[in-house]
Amino acid sequence: MIRVAAIFLLTAAALRAQSFEKLEVLDAPGDAGGAAWVIWKRLPAESDEEGAKRITYVVSVAKDATGDFEEVARFPATAKFMSDNTEAFGWSKKTADWHAVKVDAPGYEDGSAANFPVYAKVVALSAESEIASGTASGIARPNWLTASKFNVFVFIALLGGVMMFLIARARRNSEIFVRRIPGLDAMEEAIGRATEMGKPILFLNGLNDMSSISTIASTAILGQVAKRVATYDTQILVPCFDPVVMAVSQEVMREGFISAGRPDSYRPDSAFFVTSDQFGYVAAVDGIMMREKPAACFYMGYYYAESLLLAETGGTTGAIQIAGTDSVTQLPFFIASCDYTLLGEELYAASAYLSREPIQLGSLIAQDWGKLFVLAAIVIGTVLALFHVQTFVHMVATY
Amino acid sequence: MLHLKRTVPLAIAFLSGILLLIQYFVPHPWSAKFLQYTSDWQVTLAYAALLLGVGSLVQSHVTKARRKAPGWGFSAVALAAFGITVAMGMWWSVHTAWQSRTDASIVTTGSGEGSPLSWVYNSLLFPMGGAMFSILGFFIASAAFRAFRVKSPEATLLLLSAIVVMLGQVPLGAHLPGIPQLSAWLLSVPTTAAKRAIGFGVALGSIATALRVIFGIERAYLGGE
Repeated sequence: MIRVAAIFLLTAAALRAQSFEKLEVLDAPGDAGGAAWVIWKRLPAESDEEGAKRITYVVSVAKDATGDFEEVARFPATAKFMSDNTEAFGWSKKTADWHAVKVDAPGYEDGSAANFPVYAKVVALSAESEIASGTASGIARPNWLTASKFNVFVFIALLGGVMMFLIARARRNSEIFVRRIPGLDAMEEAIGRATEMGKPILFLNGLNDMSSISTIASTAILGQVAKRVATYDTQILVPCFDPVVMAVSQEVMREGFISAGRPDSYRPDSAFFVTSDQFGYVAAVDGIMMREKPAACFYMGYYYAESLLLAETGGTTGAIQIAGTDSVTQLPFFIASCDYTLLGEELYAASAYLSREPIQLGSLIAQDWGKLFVLAAIVIGTVLALFHVQTFVHMVATY
Repeated sequence: MLHLKRTVPLAIAFLSGILLLIQYFVPHPWSAKFLQYTSDWQVTLAYAALLLGVGSLVQSHVTKARRKAPGWGFSAVALAAFGITVAMGMWWSVHTAWQSRTDASIVTTGSGEGSPLSWVYNSLLFPMGGAMFSILGFFIASAAFRAFRVKSPEATLLLLSAIVVMLGQVPLGAHLPGIPQLSAWLLSVPTTAAKRAIGFGVALGSIATALRVIFGIERAYLGGE
């Protein structure tokens, strides 16, 4: 009790004897404007944790020095440090000595590209005394670049550079080794089986629209499948969830039939729109499966809860089933129900694998280099973190 | 003609891809407006394409019904349901437009509370969708039965893990020593590690595919090689 009272009195006395050092208003970096950071150095009275607990900061802002200051934050001195916001202030150890509060610029309207002045004051309160800072000012302005995303930019630029280099190399040397992907090798077998049985092939592009990478990958696979379907003179059905995907599928298939030298065999109604309702689509596709009894079902692209409903129904018809998705949550269902499953990135590799184009294969190898880089980053980051060196972890962190 | 079919779309893909890639790194309000503008374009195009979809739907079902192809009755039902739904929406639009002449609080709309379309949605579409979804429970059981058959050491491991995780999710498991902890560990450590490994591959594949599309290396979506 006596100790607490002593700390209480000492804090009050210490606070009376202190003043704010280096109060500043900084523009919030990498934002659309309208926000600023109010920062100031910790008061000496905060050096003791018990003392810090007894101090409360009150931050007020106004749009001009003589205007009405409005309270925007009130918090104990044990909270809100620069070091809590590595995105804005980096990871220097010195940031732990500074308090930082993010404030909205008074009068800012969302979407405005103008600069807004911010005037700020801070008051430190303890039970018996209070000290006020002077007024600091700064400008909240919209920024043109996000420094915190620089690491993402570097990674994309590196991957793009490596890709271009490997593509150039692949152009000179077309002998590129790519590991076997059984699911893709089985496609030929599945199409052959459908031809022998005289039954159609069912190809689904997933439930995402054309802006999804997995849908782009699935239409690329459809092009390769269509070429083989045209060669074997088999029937293919492509029920679509999205009208744009339907239009792209029709075009891709038409080109596939043309390049196989059988443009007359192409039927534009092979790819058709069903519905954009998730379970309505499942009901329609399951109905097609039960009526048409396809010999092979291909599920490529992105799927949600309907994956198992489709794959299990396809399984009951006795079709050979090949799935490929980057939906991590649906992969186990496809693995349990289908004969072959392309896991994640294999879906993106399928087009290059099937076409055997050196340029595309070169870009596949760039992906492997990217994986090697990620693996190395994980190992280096883990080792450094074990020795409490966080710099590398912060360098690769995304915000 | 080939110029219009290949070069122009490739140029549009390149320009849009580069601009949207730059947009990701630019937080300025103008950049956000550009993103909003392109998103609006995407929505507009999607609605325009919906007409294409409706055309395809009607055409395929009319052809089936006219040819009396096997299962043509389903096509007839689909066409009737489509026609009735459209008629209901249009009728309600006219009805609300008529009412809004005397009552300014009424908004002209084809849907909304009390409309026939909302009845179709709540009383037909929603329960039918729910019925389809409910089948999933049975399919999970049948798929699990196949996946958990002990055929190899890996399948045995899968079965044991599944038993532990399933026990960890039910009240009985809470009374078995170590099961809740083991179940939580299986979900948060090996499962998460595998998911992340797949996630890394997916992320890299996405970036590589996006770059291939932007630089015109991947042209299959245009119907080319």
